[in-house]
Amino acid sequence: MSGVIESILSDFGSAAGRGVVVDSPPGAGKSTLVVRAARTLAEAGERLMVVAQTNEQVDDLIDRLATAAPNLAIGRLSASTYVPAQRVVKHGTVTVSGAVSDMNASAVTIGTAAKWATVTDGSWERAIVDEAYQMRSDMLLRVAGRFSRALFVGDPGQLDPFSVVAVERWAGLSWDPMQSAVAVLLRHNPDLPVHRLPVSWRLPPSAASVVSAAFYPFTPFEAGTKPADRRLEFSARALGGDHGLDATLETARRTGWALHELPARHTVRTDREAVAAIADLVTRLLQRGPVAYSEHAPDGRPVTVDRVAVGAAHRDQVAAIRQALAGTVAADVTVDTANRLQGREYDVTVILHPLSGRRDASAFHLEAGRLCVLASRHRHACVVVARAGIAELLDTHPSAEPVHLNVPVRFPDGWEANQAMLAHLSGDH
Amino acid sequence: MSILTALARAEAVESGRAQPLTTVRHTHVAERPLVLVPLSLAGEAAAPLAAIVGTDPGEPRLLVVANPRDRTQRFDFVAELARVVLSYVDGCARSVDTGAGGTKLRYAEAPQVIVPNRGGVEFVRLLGRSTRFRRPFGPYPVHRTVPILGQWLTFLRERADHPGSSMLLAMTSVLSEHWATGQSGLEDANLAALLGWIDPPGDLDGAGAAALAEDPLRSPPAGPSTDPTFDNEILAPALAAVARSIDDFARERALAALTAAVADQMRPTWDLTWQAVRLLRTRPAGASVETRWAMDRDVFTMYHMALAEGTALPQPRRDSAVAAAGRLDRLEREQARYDAQRALDDPLVMAEFRLSGEAFTGTVVAASPNRVDTSGKKAALRPHITVQTDDPVRLEPGAHLVSPARLAQQATVVSVSSVDVVLELSKGMGRSTKQPAPGSVPEVGDRVTYGPVTDAYQPPGRFPSRDDTPWTHGGPPPVIEYHASDNDAVEDWS
Repeated sequence: MSGVIESILSDFGSAAGRGVVVDSPPGAGKSTLVVRAARTLAEAGERLMVVAQTNEQVDDLIDRLATAAPNLAIGRLSASTYVPAQRVVKHGTVTVSGAVSDMNASAVTIGTAAKWATVTDGSWERAIVDEAYQMRSDMLLRVAGRFSRALFVGDPGQLDPFSVVAVERWAGLSWDPMQSAVAVLLRHNPDLPVHRLPVSWRLPPSAASVVSAAFYPFTPFEAGTKPADRRLEFSARALGGDHGLDATLETARRTGWALHELPARHTVRTDREAVAAIADLVTRLLQRGPVAYSEHAPDGRPVTVDRVAVGAAHRDQVAAIRQALAGTVAADVTVDTANRLQGREYDVTVILHPLSGRRDASAFHLEAGRLCVLASRHRHACVVVARAGIAELLDTHPSAEPVHLNVPVRFPDGWEANQAMLAHLSGDH
Repeated sequence: MSILTALARAEAVESGRAQPLTTVRHTHVAERPLVLVPLSLAGEAAAPLAAIVGTDPGEPRLLVVANPRDRTQRFDFVAELARVVLSYVDGCARSVDTGAGGTKLRYAEAPQVIVPNRGGVEFVRLLGRSTRFRRPFGPYPVHRTVPILGQWLTFLRERADHPGSSMLLAMTSVLSEHWATGQSGLEDANLAALLGWIDPPGDLDGAGAAALAEDPLRSPPAGPSTDPTFDNEILAPALAAVARSIDDFARERALAALTAAVADQMRPTWDLTWQAVRLLRTRPAGASVETRWAMDRDVFTMYHMALAEGTALPQPRRDSAVAAAGRLDRLEREQARYDAQRALDDPLVMAEFRLSGEAFTGTVVAASPNRVDTSGKKAALRPHITVQTDDPVRLEPGAHLVSPARLAQQATVVSVSSVDVVLELSKGMGRSTKQPAPGSVPEVGDRVTYGPVTDAYQPPGRFPSRDDTPWTHGGPPPVIEYHASDNDAVEDWS
């Protein structure tokens, strides 16, 4: 791990080349790399610009950086409506301001891409662009004038940026504004060095091999831990209640994966039975008193409400699940869409399969990144709730997206990735 | 597909009639639209075979190419089409909108070209692409109106990308935005079947009328692609007869036969398109339709004047990196505004937001219109109202809302309980800091709706100039000294 980081930093620090790209699979230490790089450069006396995509990400990064380097002067560039988060304010070294002129004393200036796009003057020798695969290339166009060279860090397997307008006008152009920042960067600068972080510290061995094979077919990675390092136990025995739920939880505990299959049926998006099944699974899980044993906590750490998350594809599904959980022991469990769960980590996740109960498989629901995000948030186990019949649905809906000239083929193909995941989930463990 | 659309489709199946998705019409329908039904010859990207065009349903103008593969004949056809389209476009620029305030000149009308389906829009793009770079001089000269038609067709096609613009409409898209049928989206792309569901003839139901529409003899395809059986059995012999004709008399007879055959293919679509225009006219227009049409007229005015003065911007084959990003930014802002305006104009569109808990309708049960907030530097009028609602509200305190009845006013959610929502109002209450202007604050007993959308102006994004294109996007595009040559016509794939 440190070897890879050293070579990335030496590439980025060298005078040659204008940029370095780092591909990082889920939980491979991307944030560690960003903090380390920012610290190293700032301590060498360089003023550094850091671009993240959301306010949440900026705040997380500031918290980690200020903790790692307590003497570093950090500037937080923000919009006027931003209310500073507690984890930012508690560090005395952070200046929060909407004007870049207030940041002259800051060694590191961090802001969202949208905020950086409003900055019209000043330039930085080096920049770090975090979550660069989530950034749309038109946003990079707006901020790239501020820096001379940059380190682009991100996860190529996650959700591509999207637009609310559907226009094919730019398909095939190397600067297509709908593409991700890294895709456009690499098409114009094919010589830039691309590094890969080879080890996932988050995903357990049971998940790393599956996620790697399904979503990163040509850039495989491994788990940083051994099967014996991670273990999930229930402290309460299963007494009474629904045997189906306990069987699913037991499979998840034992193998790291479980498919909770409901009878085949076409449903509306907010499938009432699926929502109820998720609510029952999550509450049952918490009632069973799960304890996670890992390299961080060899003696076990209780899996509490904040270590469990529920993921779904659509906002209305999220709202329905939240409503079903309200008033239960699981009321404070994080429930969110794949987009919002990107970059987060939990011990156990319960996800509603994007294709569950659907009559058709649209490009949105087939997108590999969506399933990849949902299936790679957990340190111990992931329970997938789905209606039966997804395999047949996939077979009747091969991906039929129009093919455009000059558009590089995207890997993995969503249809194939979905098949691979499903084959693993429904196979014998 | 949202739940409301799914419900409307299910109801359409049950009742046998298409169900309205909106309470008002969100698309402008001009007083004098130009309907254009194009047909192309199979096997070539944009080889026009025929077109039926005009502004009067009773007076269609039929244009046919005797040999669509012959370039000279093709551009003679385009010149004929140009005469119709350009005189229509110039006709729209004859009178000036006197009601418009300010110093800006705006024409009272703008062209509205209606094609039957999305394929027609694509055909307009291809025809514009193949004609706007032609020249009336040099090798292979064309009539001087041909490149001008190309510029207008390209202009119209580009406007069609702008959400809310009504200058180039695909009739099937407009109808499917307003009605839900009991058939699939793919089947809705067939104008005859779609209209069968919305306005079935005689005592047929929607499914029956749509089934009849599948017969290519009764309802030929709405173009630009033709029915393959027609191609093989009627069109090919007719074209061959024209090519074989030995004298003028034989040629004239063969041409008449070809024209009649092609007219039979297009006439039903022509009539259907006008039927759809009449149907749309029967629905009342949404409150902001006129605003969007005024925007169309502004853009038309600017382009018409620039073209007349010779200052019109070129229409390049592809956008530069900066132009592409700027255009996408504009389209996204227009899309957000269009979505917001539709929800504010139409309770049925707002109902989608109410279903998802982002908006609600209810009755005001308490109001303190004179409440003053003194916590800031200056005392400010901040009335509170309590709205009782049965909607499944999923809002967090602090969320900003707007009421369709009071667009200038902002409401902030103070608290939410299972039965009511407390809102704090700001702006749009007149100048007094103590007494809101009469009617500006909802009173107890009023029925109000609050939703998350606002059609307020969004400033455009800031982009570097073309010469400052950063290295990440290939750097500034090279400046090419232009010299006309035979290579101009060479494409990437040729």
